[in-house]
Amino acid sequence: MDAIYTLHDFMLNSKNWIYILMGLGLIMYVCWWLFLTSRDEPKRIT
Amino acid sequence: MQRRKFLGLLGAAGLMTTAVAGQAQAAGSKHFEGYPDSFGVLHDTTRCIGCRKCEAACNTVNKLPKPDKPFDDLKVLETERRTTDTAYTVVNKYETSKGLKFRKIQCNHCLEPACASACFVKAFTKNPTGSVTYDESVCVGCRYCMVACSFNIPAYTYNDPITPKIMKCTMCQPLIAEGKLPGCVEACPKEALTFGKRVDLIKVARERIRQYPDRYVDQIYGEREMGGTAWIYLNGVPSPEVGMRDDLGVASAPELTGGALATVPMIVGLWPVLLTGIYAVSKRKDKIAKEEKRQAVTAALTKAAADAEVKLSAALTKAEVENKKQIEVAVKKAVEESAKQPKTEGEA
Amino acid sequence: MSQDTAAGKGNLFNIISGIIILAGLVVTFLRFTQGLGGVTNLDNNNPWGVWIGFDLLCGVALAAGGYTTSAACYIFGLKRFHSAVRPAILTAFLGYAFVVFALHYDVGRPWRLPYPIFVSPGTTSLLFEVGLCVFLYVSVLFIEFTPAAFEWLGFKKIRKVVVKLTLALTIMGVILSTMHQSSLGALFTIAPSKLHPLWYSTYLPVYFFISSIFAGMSMVIFEGTLSHHYMHGLMDKTHLDEADGVVLGFARGASMVMMGYVFIKIIGLVSDGTWQYLSSGYGLLFLTELLCFVALPAMLYGIGSREKNLKLIRWTSLLTVLGIVFNRFNISMVAFNYQLPSSQRYFPSLMEIVISIFVVTLIVTVFRFITTRMPIFYEHPEYAEHEEEPAAHGHGH
Ligand code: SF4
Ligand code: SF4
Ligand code: SF4
Repeated sequence: MDAIYTLHDFMLNSKNWIYILMGLGLIMYVCWWLFLTSRDEPKRIT
Repeated sequence: MQRRKFLGLLGAAGLMTTAVAGQAQAAGSKHFEGYPDSFGVLHDTTRCIGCRKCEAACNTVNKLPKPDKPFDDLKVLETERRTTDTAYTVVNKYETSKGLKFRKIQCNHCLEPACASACFVKAFTKNPTGSVTYDESVCVGCRYCMVACSFNIPAYTYNDPITPKIMKCTMCQPLIAEGKLPGCVEACPKEALTFGKRVDLIKVARERIRQYPDRYVDQIYGEREMGGTAWIYLNGVPSPEVGMRDDLGVASAPELTGGALATVPMIVGLWPVLLTGIYAVSKRKDKIAKEEKRQAVTAALTKAAADAEVKLSAALTKAEVENKKQIEVAVKKAVEESAKQPKTEGEA
Repeated sequence: MSQDTAAGKGNLFNIISGIIILAGLVVTFLRFTQGLGGVTNLDNNNPWGVWIGFDLLCGVALAAGGYTTSAACYIFGLKRFHSAVRPAILTAFLGYAFVVFALHYDVGRPWRLPYPIFVSPGTTSLLFEVGLCVFLYVSVLFIEFTPAAFEWLGFKKIRKVVVKLTLALTIMGVILSTMHQSSLGALFTIAPSKLHPLWYSTYLPVYFFISSIFAGMSMVIFEGTLSHHYMHGLMDKTHLDEADGVVLGFARGASMVMMGYVFIKIIGLVSDGTWQYLSSGYGLLFLTELLCFVALPAMLYGIGSREKNLKLIRWTSLLTVLGIVFNRFNISMVAFNYQLPSSQRYFPSLMEIVISIFVVTLIVTVFRFITTRMPIFYEHPEYAEHEEEPAAHGHGH
């Protein structure tokens, strides 16, 4: 990757990753919630 | 009571995340100097005579449409103008404390361009040459770049219904890439415009101020404004007198929006935690309340459900014949009437 | 129910909306043949006008009822608001759908609206954030709304699947709303030199988010008032029984949030040291906005909910909604470009206003179309017994 010379380019790059991480994070939360509640009374998910 | 708590929490968390973001930004010690050896132009307004040769040259090199009034018509200077979709640069005349002064306006090619920071399709690029260029092929035409630019530079082809676009000075990127001078600089008869590496231009400007302290005010406009610009100015009068705002501040666009942008992932990260927590609490309360009432309710419910079933099926048979929607409401009402006692208890 | 007056009202409504829609279509034609220059008063100094200030900023703020109501009911467990959820979700969905629709008029090349997400994401832009969240939130609202449509169509299985997702969708809705409501305010943080210091603040995103909460709640009350007036016959007993409780509860909640909002606005003034501008003309405007359109309705809501004065609350909701519009107009138009001489300031053209009214009329028309067909104000009898949300499912066992 080219060296980064401006704050704008730096932010463009870091925010790209942050948006991807946000998407992954949301999916992770759902999975974690399912895991946490999986031994509760059987009738409900979410 | 509960509602109050919830709204309080929302507010608290909102403020909290902003505070966090502010800190995160302050803590970031990243500093960027911009592209090394990038170019710029020094505009010495004390030398400018308002001949409009730069406007004419810009019009030619960029193949813009011919204006209504020819470039040698200096009456145009009587009214203050700004850049438009047919003029990347304009010269204005100002009455100042030191007499008439002229100043050329064009894109300042900011070191941290607000237009680029604002554009949601990355239509602007800060090039290693120092120029800020625009790519029409992705532009949606939202005009946020125009809102963002503190110098009011980008113009828009408002009368184009199908393919409107942003128009602005390119610092003659195609020419400087070939090692040539920008059109306007080339055309200036008074050397009011000097093209060169920005670092050198700053030195030149300093030197001029040092040599002629009476001629110049001790300020290089654009050295730090909005995070610094490639196009810098030397003035003989305080900058507002020649139509340049001196209240822009030195924070660049990405610094201004950094705080708000930094808050966004905090919302995504912390909201689910907070909200599932609140949900768990409210569900737990529900459960306890229900447990207490279960005994009493079960009996009543069973009976009501049976009653409702009977009425429901009767009504549904009728429903075949009549307007369906009306019946749905009527049936619902009937069901509720019979189930009223236990249901209200159950939901309280 | 008096059929005659209802029909009369319906006819009058149809005639007026017919005229507006016709005018809207004419301007639409002009917009897409002459460009923005032909129909708007926008220029290079004033790139955003009433289509952004009203259709986008007010539209999104006033559609906030969707997330506030569903969060209150499903996350905070305030079941008594349950019958308000569906109308609120429907209003929010239509609100957002028409925000997107109206954007097609404002942006230069509307067919490129997906570009920020799919072609060339400019992630440093707050507008990118707004675009992404609005896109996702419209989808979430659409899914949240589908159970009503499925009940109408009789698709039981798929309805059940969607209903199971309620909690996840609600949380998602709150996250996305927080993000884009606040980012709409943050749009202006990039231009400190153009927005008057009284309105410019690094807290802008917080102000927009908090004000969206009471904007949404007031809109639920206000819209409920209208619906009760014109569509009373469509409502079932639960809805009618709960309606007053919803109004009272929301009034109390809104008054609390509004007090908080006034407080943080004052904090902002002091922390930015901008209170000195209060004595100027803009200061008067600012104080009017804060005192007459936020502090006053906050008090009226408080009094109304304490004294169970529904009429007072309903009028207050109108005042609050107007206050939100006033605030968004101030930020996007009145206090924006305050430094320009008055000859260069923006004032909307008639055709711009026509389009904004046209869009509102379309929303009302579609709302009427849907509520008279699908189970919005009443529970579908076949589905009434299983409670909607997972949280309350236990009851009956
Ligand atoms: S002057 Fe305006 S248009 Fe030019 S680079 Fe700076 S922000 Fe962009
Ligand atoms: S108008 Fe075009 S260039 Fe300007 S911000 Fe919007 S998409 Fe980017
Ligand atoms: S640098 Fe080129 S495009 Fe810019 S004002 Fe000069 S001639 Fe015009």
